[in-house]
Amino acid sequence: MKTERVLRIEGLTARVGETDILHGVDLEVRPGEVHAVMGPNGSGKSTLAHVLMGRPGYEVTGGSVTLDGIDLLAIPTWERARAGLFLALQHPTEVPGVSLESVIAEAALAVGRSDTGFRDILVAEAARIGFDEKFVSRPLNVDLSGGEKKRNEMLMMGALRPQYAVLDEIDSGLDVDALAAVSLRLQEATEEDGLGVLAITHFSRLLEILEPDRVHVLASGRIQAEGGSELAERLEAEGYAGVLAEAGVSAGLQAEVTPPEVHVAGFGDDPFADPLADPVG
Amino acid sequence: MSAGLPGPDWLASIRRLTVDGLDGVAHPDTDEEVWRYSRIGEVDLDQYSPLKRQRGSDTVVQRDLSAYGEMAGVVVVRNGWVTEVTSSSDSVKAGVYVGPVGNTSDGEALFGAAAEEPADLYGHLNRAFGPEPVAVVVPDGVRLETPIVVVVLTDADRAAVFPRVLVRCGEDAAATVVELHTSTEVDSLVVPVLEATVGRGGYLRHGLVQELGSRVFQLGHQAFRVDQAGRIDAFVAGLGGDYARTRTDCRLVGRGAEGRLAAAYFGERAQTLDFRTFQDHAAPDTRSELLFKGALDGASRSIYTGLIRVRPEAVRTVAHQTNRNVKLSLDAWAESVPNLEIETDDVVCSHASTVSPVDEDQRFFLESRGVPTVAAERLLLEGFFEDVAAEAPHPAVADALRQALADRLDRRDVAHREVGAVAPEAESISGAGTEVPS
Repeated sequence: MKTERVLRIEGLTARVGETDILHGVDLEVRPGEVHAVMGPNGSGKSTLAHVLMGRPGYEVTGGSVTLDGIDLLAIPTWERARAGLFLALQHPTEVPGVSLESVIAEAALAVGRSDTGFRDILVAEAARIGFDEKFVSRPLNVDLSGGEKKRNEMLMMGALRPQYAVLDEIDSGLDVDALAAVSLRLQEATEEDGLGVLAITHFSRLLEILEPDRVHVLASGRIQAEGGSELAERLEAEGYAGVLAEAGVSAGLQAEVTPPEVHVAGFGDDPFADPLADPVG
Repeated sequence: MSAGLPGPDWLASIRRLTVDGLDGVAHPDTDEEVWRYSRIGEVDLDQYSPLKRQRGSDTVVQRDLSAYGEMAGVVVVRNGWVTEVTSSSDSVKAGVYVGPVGNTSDGEALFGAAAEEPADLYGHLNRAFGPEPVAVVVPDGVRLETPIVVVVLTDADRAAVFPRVLVRCGEDAAATVVELHTSTEVDSLVVPVLEATVGRGGYLRHGLVQELGSRVFQLGHQAFRVDQAGRIDAFVAGLGGDYARTRTDCRLVGRGAEGRLAAAYFGERAQTLDFRTFQDHAAPDTRSELLFKGALDGASRSIYTGLIRVRPEAVRTVAHQTNRNVKLSLDAWAESVPNLEIETDDVVCSHASTVSPVDEDQRFFLESRGVPTVAAERLLLEGFFEDVAAEAPHPAVADALRQALADRLDRRDVAHREVGAVAPEAESISGAGTEVPS
């Protein structure tokens, strides 16, 4: 039997710390389709993105997620990536001392591909989005502008060729030119590679170029309204309150939730640490 | 006691005086701040014998130094004795001296030039029992392009070994001196002392690659003294030993002197790597930068305590101190204690210190790109050490560090495969961070 090709989210519930955020999300993304998930602050958009990729601190409490028949929730993050899922982060992490190139090389090795030859791919991908190839060998995201970080995300997506891409606010921090380059690259990926896109966004700017097949409105941890690209236009014009009221929900009831601090200091400085605290024991 | 050791009369007299005074020198105690957290209490001096003569055959020490390319000089010190000296004809022509301190007329002036007083009992013992200090003299105005390499080997068991290296980098001179400290799998006590002075406008780059055997106790001291507009870059790769302590004193005694101290360390098993630093600003317009970074695996421990001292005369001092530690296992432990002692206004000083597991966000980010957990941590650790590796005084030193890290990470990978586990989940942090501009 041929596996049905679809990223399928069914009845997904999740929490961060003690707070339930997702209350049963249902979504299906098929190859080549563009889906937009829009919603007010605190609606659970970012939680949905992170849960799909298995970020520590986000706990699934029910439901299922399958990628072309693979149970994503049963496998670790890196295997989800290997299975064909890509998550573009809203705030791409800075990784001092590690180049984008070396990350892609390790990812290639992990799927049994050669770790050589991808540099040409990265250089070509950089050119496609009007990005300087120097970013390929620089420490990943360190001291880059918000827009450069987002282009780095696209660069990696282009090299990794995922089946489905979840884009968490890819349009935030981008200037008009960068937004156009990124949207165009995504558009091409859907057409050339059959990439399925789940674009999580606040605004409809991204959707002016990257035309969505479906728009889903997430509020209070559930999809509350769905429609075609005309829904995005309505949201732009009327705001969430009107659209959601029509669907019988009030917008923005849920407080913004911050993921739990799982550690205090990373490799970088910790400006918030208490300078008078006892030395480490 | 130290009679019979080689060297000129002045050296014999220093030894005699030191031996006579030993009774009045107390054994270090962990109650002293500079020995706090140390394993000094485990040292039983009766377990070790100072060597009265060079033992064993005169077999040339096999060591591949090809990575250093052309060298201005090579010295091999075995169990404290100089066993090989080679100088390039160019460096001889330029008046550079590399060899036993007794064979140069400058010797007496070199001894004690940076460490006027022994730092502790072990400094006294080095003075009393060090058989043949090495001198490296780069005359005023001589700028060496190629490095001088000093191999310090210990292969005597149950021995107390006292190597000493004395470096003088003259006025407007420039030199790179690399010490490679190694041992066979002996159970010995190694007490190395380095004294280095940098003359006006001179620039010394010093590297220490410490790859002692896993049973060695090392109690080391480095003393740097930098004159006006001179500069020292000192680098340590702390890798071997059961307990390996390195105390570094960097004294900036002339206006505009600069000191850059960097160290990378990686603990495995139950070893302890112990670093004590003193950035001593004793003149105006002096500048010091310190970056010490370490990773601790297994049940290993590290200690970093550092003091920035700005004396009253050292106005317009700029001094920074950063110590970062990554804990790779739940049993690993890192102590990090930065200190400031500032006796004047008009200074810019900062210190920062962290102890933390591998950054979970960074690991997730790499994993989300399809990099398996162990490979992701490996990339992060290699990246963690990149900025400090860039401080190495010679590419071969940076390569030696990277290779040593790769070997340790390989062992770590194997261990994880055998256990079938990956790194521990980020626990609640046992770290403190400070960033105090003054």
